[in-house]
Amino acid sequence: MQSLLWLVVLMPFIGSLILAVFGAFMPKKTAGVIACAAIGLSWIMAMMILGSLSHEHSVVSAVAYPWINLTGFIVQMGLRVDALSAVMMIVVSFVAFLIHLYAAQSMFEEDGYSRFLAYMNLFVGSMLVLVLADNLLLLYLGWEGVGLCSYLLIGFWYKEKKNGSAAQKAFIVTRVGDTALAVGMFIIYIHLHTFNIQDILTMAPQVWAVGGVTITTVAIMIIGGAIGKSGQLPLHVWLPDAMAGPTPVSALIHAATMVTAGVYLIARLNPLFQMAPVAQMLVAIIGAATLLYAGFCALVQTDIKRVLAYSTISQIGYMFLALGLGAWTAAIFHLVTHAFFKALLFLSAGIVIDALHHEHNIFKMGGLRTKLPVAFWTFLIGVASLSALPLVTAGFYSKDAIIYASWASTYGSVWFWLAAVVGALITAAYSFRVFFLAFLGDQNHKIDKLPGGLMKLVVSVLAFFAIVAGFIGIPKALGGFEPFEEFMSSVFKPLQLSPDKSSLSMQVVLMLVSAAVTLFGIYLAHIYFKKRALSEAVAHSSIMSRIHSFLLSGMGFDLLYDTLLVKPFKALAYGNKDDVLDGLPTGLAGIAAFGNRIMSALQTGRLRNYATGIILGVVILTTILLLRL
Amino acid sequence: MSSIPLNHAMILAGGLFIIGLTGVMIRRNLVFVLMSLEIMLTAAGIAFVAAASKWGQADGQVMVIFILVTAAAEVAVGLALLLRIYREWKSVDMDEVSQMKG
Repeated sequence: MQSLLWLVVLMPFIGSLILAVFGAFMPKKTAGVIACAAIGLSWIMAMMILGSLSHEHSVVSAVAYPWINLTGFIVQMGLRVDALSAVMMIVVSFVAFLIHLYAAQSMFEEDGYSRFLAYMNLFVGSMLVLVLADNLLLLYLGWEGVGLCSYLLIGFWYKEKKNGSAAQKAFIVTRVGDTALAVGMFIIYIHLHTFNIQDILTMAPQVWAVGGVTITTVAIMIIGGAIGKSGQLPLHVWLPDAMAGPTPVSALIHAATMVTAGVYLIARLNPLFQMAPVAQMLVAIIGAATLLYAGFCALVQTDIKRVLAYSTISQIGYMFLALGLGAWTAAIFHLVTHAFFKALLFLSAGIVIDALHHEHNIFKMGGLRTKLPVAFWTFLIGVASLSALPLVTAGFYSKDAIIYASWASTYGSVWFWLAAVVGALITAAYSFRVFFLAFLGDQNHKIDKLPGGLMKLVVSVLAFFAIVAGFIGIPKALGGFEPFEEFMSSVFKPLQLSPDKSSLSMQVVLMLVSAAVTLFGIYLAHIYFKKRALSEAVAHSSIMSRIHSFLLSGMGFDLLYDTLLVKPFKALAYGNKDDVLDGLPTGLAGIAAFGNRIMSALQTGRLRNYATGIILGVVILTTILLLRL
Repeated sequence: MSSIPLNHAMILAGGLFIIGLTGVMIRRNLVFVLMSLEIMLTAAGIAFVAAASKWGQADGQVMVIFILVTAAAEVAVGLALLLRIYREWKSVDMDEVSQMKG
């Protein structure tokens, strides 16, 4: 099992290396096969490892060699699989495999095809390092690796300037969070003298007091890293712009896997957060605020991918809320279902965008139901799962677990519950708004490119999982079938329920409320779509249009950061473009050059001038000697 | 034999020297510059001879012989250079020969 574990990680790296070195010399078909095979093999081996995990033997760990070996400072190159890592490993490799199949076909006509696949493979390898690492330093390596690949892939179409700046924005903004994470790691090392995650988790309670200053600082620093990567307030600004990349990239990196790394990190280090209640409360508040914020922004976006980007931010907000409430399992459960339905939504949207000649505006779509039946049905399943349509979708079970936790957890309160429920209403409204606008109606479009067979297969498989992935966590109120929670019980403590708020009947009531809210949201979207004249009139009233443009710009965060940070920095850089400190050495050089000009003027090249000089010198010296001056 | 006073000899030597010096400084024709140099050397020779006769020592006269030899050698080298310069520039104007100008 141990060497198999290494192969899971190494396969994508090997694929990436082959594609990077020989990609330019091989036929495109071969490149596609290599990329997909690397991820496919990785997934198969991941499944074999998952199969070998059991209750008695719930951990597989493999240490290859000491990565850094200094006196008193040893970091192992080690991997470790427990239930949490196993779930992440399977989700990452499986979704990545499907998206690779899709991308191998949809990107086939692009220039730089093998480069694209090399980046994608590199990304999957880094992501697997991130989730499988047994120490924080190796985790950080994967963490930065996925950041790098995100940058490379957002800027894949590098010939357009705006894609390049979107890539830079993503890289720089996440770097802010990464710095916080690094500081957190250093504090941990200073106090515990180890980077090994399991050692940290066992030693932390012995060294730090619950709620102490150090542990709270550490936890907040880790939150900083997590919100940067996961696009949570206030470091979310890069994610909507990251949609400049190709659609499979958005599906893989900015929906299903990389952006959930923050959730994974907090879940991985959950004992630290349990020791720092303030930090944990902060996680919940960030999650609740983000899910509402991103939901409202998604309501008015016109670019189909930006709607999905904001909905990703919003759904990760749900995961953060769950983490903050101590509902670790619910957070990871939602992570899994979200990976499926969000990847599905992006890939179906990709089919639509390809078909309409790179059209992103949902108001210019419409009437695609008959033209693109596969995209229609899969997108419908996707939005149903995203808006948590009761009973039949995966999103319902995972989101309901979070909504229940927001009420019944010991950390829960009516405010968190309200945020979660309002979020559910908005989610249903914006997702069905997109669906209605894009697929219904009677516009007649010329279809540019129909999806290939492989692409149809991939979205169908994802649609299947967007429905059935929820059935591994059916709550007690609906019969109770929870193999997922059972599987995760070796890693996570069960959710702490507050006894006066939790009961089976309460669970049923809450479930009915959230189901009703979802249906109401869909109804709202329906009204909006059916009575376009009315909704246009409302939208054009002066106050509404102001709110509209406020939300469209993501509540002005970009403008705020631009005025507060980017512009002053640029002004400073512009002022210093000739390097102020260079003044000293260039000044000295200038003085020397000035002296040189004066002295060289004396070199007239005329012999008699030199003779005069010599004579003058002699006369002056003699005079001085004679007069004994 | 009435001796010439040292003063007179020295004034003659100084006058000759200054004439030579002025020639070196202001003449542009290289031939004249060489001649001016000769005048300066001769002035130095006169000063030596006068001083030797004043103190009755032969050293000064020996020195004059040396000066004459040196002057002959110097003129030989100088005239050779002058010829080369003339071939190169078709001129003996020293101000033309100023390619070492800084």
